[in-house]
Amino acid sequence: MKARIKITLKTGVLDPQGKAISHALDQLGFDGIGDVRQGKYIEVDLAETDPTKARAALEDMCERVLANTVIENYAIELDGA
Amino acid sequence: MKSAVIVFPGSNRERDMLYALEHISGHKPIAVWHQETSLPDVDLIVLPGGFSYGDYLRTGAIAGLSPIMKAVKEKAAKGVRVLGVCNGFQILTETGILPGALLRNAHLKFVCKQVRLEVATNASVFTSRYTQGQVIDCPVAHHDGNYFADEDTLNRLEGEDRVAFRYTPETNPNGSIRNIAGVMNDQKNVLGMMPHPENLIEPAQGGTDGRGIFESALEWVA
Repeated sequence: MKARIKITLKTGVLDPQGKAISHALDQLGFDGIGDVRQGKYIEVDLAETDPTKARAALEDMCERVLANTVIENYAIELDGA
Repeated sequence: MKSAVIVFPGSNRERDMLYALEHISGHKPIAVWHQETSLPDVDLIVLPGGFSYGDYLRTGAIAGLSPIMKAVKEKAAKGVRVLGVCNGFQILTETGILPGALLRNAHLKFVCKQVRLEVATNASVFTSRYTQGQVIDCPVAHHDGNYFADEDTLNRLEGEDRVAFRYTPETNPNGSIRNIAGVMNDQKNVLGMMPHPENLIEPAQGGTDGRGIFESALEWVA
C-alpha cells in the first residue's frame, strides 16, 4: 500500500521560501500571483494492507517525526483506500 | 564542573564547545556519541552546533530521535542543566524539551556574523553572571534560526521570565519573532540559543562576552 503525505506550514507561520517563489513568478511576468506556500511531499510504501491500520500508523509517523506540529499540518492520502 | 558534549553525525562545533568548557571550567568534558543510551553523571550537558544528519527533513528532527536524546530528556526532567547551541537549540525544540520551532531565516540566506544580544533575564543558572538588560556581543552562524512560537506560548514564555536572550532589534539576523535568541524550559534548567557563546570566550576571538554563560553555570555548581 502506498501513502502520499502532504506537509504544509500552518496558517500564520511565515513562509519566506513561498514569498521568494511568489516574487520569482512575478518577475517572470506571470500576472495575478497571490500568496505562494511551499510544503513537503513524502511517499511511503507500507506492507500493511488494512487501510485503517495503515492510516493509524501514518498518523503516528506524522505526529512523531514527519511533521513538526508546532508549525506544520499534514494530510494523508492512501492508494486504494 | 563536570560536563558532557553530545556528538551527532554532522555536528561541527563540538570541538569549539569542548575547548570552551575545558578552558573555562578547568575540567575536561566528556564527548558522548549519539548512539549511546546513557549519560555519565555530569552537571551540564551540551548539544553543540552543526548540521546533524544534513538537516534532512527538518533541522534537528532526525538527531532528536537519536538514542541518547531519551537520556538527555530524562536528565533534563531531573533538573540537570542542558545547553543547546544553534543545531542543539533546533534539536531541543524538535524533541519538545523547549517550546517553539526554528524556521528558515526570513531573508533566506545563511547568516554568519556578530550580533548584539540583550540579556532578557539574569535570573537563571545560565545568565546570573550578566546584569539584567546587559547588551553583549555574540556570533551567529545558521540558515534556520528564525524563532517561532504561537502568541499564547510567547506570552507564557515572557510571563514566566523564560526568554534568556533577545537580539537587539537592529541586529536581529533572521526575523525571529519578538527578537528572541534564546529560551528556557519551565524549570529554567534547559537553555536553547542560536548564537554561539563558545566562540567568544577569549580575546583572540575578538571578545569574551560569551564566557558569562559558562561562568554562570559553573557558579551554580560550586
